[in-house]
Amino acid sequence: MSKPKNDVLQGTLTLLVLRVLHARGPMHGYAICNHIQSVSSDLLRVEEGSLYPALHRMEQEGWLASSSGVTEKGRKAKFYSITKSGLLQLEAEKESWSRLIRGVSRVLRYS
Amino acid sequence: MSWFARIVNVLRAGKLGQELDEELNFHLAERVDELVAGGMARDEARLEALRRFGNVTVHKERTRDVNVERILDLAVSDLRYAIRQLRLAPGFAAVAVLSLALGIGANTAIFQLIDALRLRSLPVQDPWELAAIDTAPDFYTSGNYRSRNRAFTYAQFEQLRMHQQAFSDVLAFGDIRFNLSRGGEARFAEGLFVSANYFKVLGVMPLLGRDFAATNDDRDCRDAGAILSYSFWQREFGGDGAVLGRTIQLNGQSFPVIGVAPKEFFGLEPGRRFDVAVPLCVDTLMADDGRGRMDIRHAWWLTLVGRLKPGWSVERASAHITQLSEVIFRETVPEVYRPDDVKAYLANKLRVVAAGTGISSLRRQYENPLWMLLVTTALVLLIACANLANLLLARASAREREIAIRQSLGASRTRLVSQLLSESFLLAALGGVLGALLAQLLSRALVAFLDSGSDPVFLNLDVNWRVFGFASVLSLLTCLLFGLTPAIRATGIAPANAMRGGRGTTTNAERNGLRRMLVVSQIALSLVLLVSALLFGRSLRNLLTAEAGLNADGVLLTRIDTTPPKLQPERRRQVFQQIEERTRSLPGAVSVGSAWLTPFGNSSWNQNVRAEGGVGTSAKKLVWMNLVGPGYFDTMQISLLAGRDFDSHDDRSAPKVAIVNEAFAKEVFNGENPVGRTFRAEEYAGKQDSLFQIVGLVRNTKYFGLRDEFRPFAYFPLNQAEEMPAAITIAARTHGPVNDVMAVVRRAVAEINP
Repeated sequence: MSKPKNDVLQGTLTLLVLRVLHARGPMHGYAICNHIQSVSSDLLRVEEGSLYPALHRMEQEGWLASSSGVTEKGRKAKFYSITKSGLLQLEAEKESWSRLIRGVSRVLRYS
Repeated sequence: MSWFARIVNVLRAGKLGQELDEELNFHLAERVDELVAGGMARDEARLEALRRFGNVTVHKERTRDVNVERILDLAVSDLRYAIRQLRLAPGFAAVAVLSLALGIGANTAIFQLIDALRLRSLPVQDPWELAAIDTAPDFYTSGNYRSRNRAFTYAQFEQLRMHQQAFSDVLAFGDIRFNLSRGGEARFAEGLFVSANYFKVLGVMPLLGRDFAATNDDRDCRDAGAILSYSFWQREFGGDGAVLGRTIQLNGQSFPVIGVAPKEFFGLEPGRRFDVAVPLCVDTLMADDGRGRMDIRHAWWLTLVGRLKPGWSVERASAHITQLSEVIFRETVPEVYRPDDVKAYLANKLRVVAAGTGISSLRRQYENPLWMLLVTTALVLLIACANLANLLLARASAREREIAIRQSLGASRTRLVSQLLSESFLLAALGGVLGALLAQLLSRALVAFLDSGSDPVFLNLDVNWRVFGFASVLSLLTCLLFGLTPAIRATGIAPANAMRGGRGTTTNAERNGLRRMLVVSQIALSLVLLVSALLFGRSLRNLLTAEAGLNADGVLLTRIDTTPPKLQPERRRQVFQQIEERTRSLPGAVSVGSAWLTPFGNSSWNQNVRAEGGVGTSAKKLVWMNLVGPGYFDTMQISLLAGRDFDSHDDRSAPKVAIVNEAFAKEVFNGENPVGRTFRAEEYAGKQDSLFQIVGLVRNTKYFGLRDEFRPFAYFPLNQAEEMPAAITIAARTHGPVNDVMAVVRRAVAEINP
């Protein structure tokens, strides 16, 4: 791997996953992982393994629902979709993300 | 909801793991496919996929932990491990569980009795509001008594009810044993005489039918009915709903059944159970002389219980009732008392004690012994714990290497201790369950031991949350007691030492020290138990034999009651004599004698006496009395120390004679030989005193209970009684099985049947 690693910032994984699922509908873990990488033009990389504890935690929190289904290639997979409380959480995470951006950029600009 | 899912996931661990594997494997397979499509060789692609994924095991475990309740998960796996370990050592497990079961079982059984007798509230409305009237210390009474509890007269009850302010109302009850049959052999039911407000004050609604009418407190008793207890209703009437119209025979008189009490209501005395309750006035109907105890001011037969008004504490009520004592006693002086009796009577004081858990003579008798027993059984449990701790220590040294290996592989000490503790916990839990089951048998056996035919004991031994909690807490405590130290010790050895194969000498000495200490404490505790068991055994023997002063072994007591046939006194004498003759001619009969009252029978009679003539004291003394026939002392093996027994010449035409016991001689005659002396028995005010010549001196005997002190007693010949009592007891000492003799006595009684 020649590119420098841009691991997803701690705590933003939830935001990204929620956003992706909200925009694209039900997906399995592998697809979420690929999607984040391609949409960010490979700027962001999710450590693939750590996606799963996060997914399961979000499911326990009630933000995601899961169902098992079959992919186009005929493999059995677990599909995640966003729930109503997941949507609320998405709004909250977006809000706190933009606050963080604003705060960081103000510091960069004025200090 | 999620915590619930997490708990469920602990129990479906296998399924959860499989699902996780599937999900992660899917991810890896997809990645491999993609890399292969990009031109990579399959083997290389597989390695690359794994590399990108990171540590599969760690991610899997972390994902798994998200889905389960970690503490519970650990506990479950520890328990699984413990089960495997115990399966490997079935002998150790069996010994441990059995010894714990015995210890916990014995403790729970005793606690169950204490609970039933002492801690359980009465099954009535707001039991904590109930309080009983009690007498202050040094209470002076004289008269005749019939009660298991602190007794009062009807006049006192009336006065108390009239003047008191502390209670919303006061109820009264007295106990009696009713004869249910119309004649022939008696069938008994435990009866209660109750004031009409009894059920109302207690807040107990009849299950069927109605409560007593308020008019039942009058002496006019024409419309009195009976309220049955639930169990009696089931037993005698098969739970028939049509019982309300029917009548019941009580001491030869019939009463309509007007109600049935609720199932859980047994009365106010834990340890006893009533079968039939009737209004107080029924006592009048049943009296020999038509003059019941309601009008006799020296008949002490009622227990008084009140319901405190809101805002009144027991202490405040007690102060109030103590203050009222003077008025109450002034208004209720028995007519038969002489002036000096009256003075003593008026100085009496009343007080109030809490009665929310009932009033019980059993409690007074057995409460302290039960606490003692609980302490003893607790010691037994302690010994069992020490024993187990020792066994566990021995096991731990056998497992030293195993534990050391696990420690060096990175197992934390807390995890190891908790694993060892779950083993102890499993043992304690199994022991607790087995012990609780054992307790059910033990407590029932204990009650059966206290119960005797003439004195039935009934305790509600249902398992309630208190008993359950006691057993559980006990199991947990024992688990910690025998498990904790060995577990901490076992994990405290440096792994390197243990791994070396040879045992670390210092730790070894330390552990041996602990084991020695355990053994020493075990021996010490056992010694304490052994000594107290010997002492118990000795005092039991003393109580049963020497100190009672009489020997009732092999004596058959037959109580003949002529109340229902309403025989004339003279006819009674003949009937009693005939039955006694028949009993005497039985094969195997050694000796036969009659008595009016029997020792330990709850009935008594006392009167004041004065020594006559001589230099002896002439102060008056309160002594207890009984009427007995010739042969009674011989039959009960009460030794005659001087003089003679009564004989057939001591009848109404002969001079009045008496036999006294040692305590009487000591009290009334200053310990001089009383034979040949005379004493004067104070009769009721206005009546001529009687003079009695003492013809015999007998040994002291216990009368009210084995732990009671010896009381001064005077015995008079039955045949010289002014009026033959309606009921006497014939005592027969016989050879051979009691059942045979009983059959013969029954037949004899049936033949003579007047």
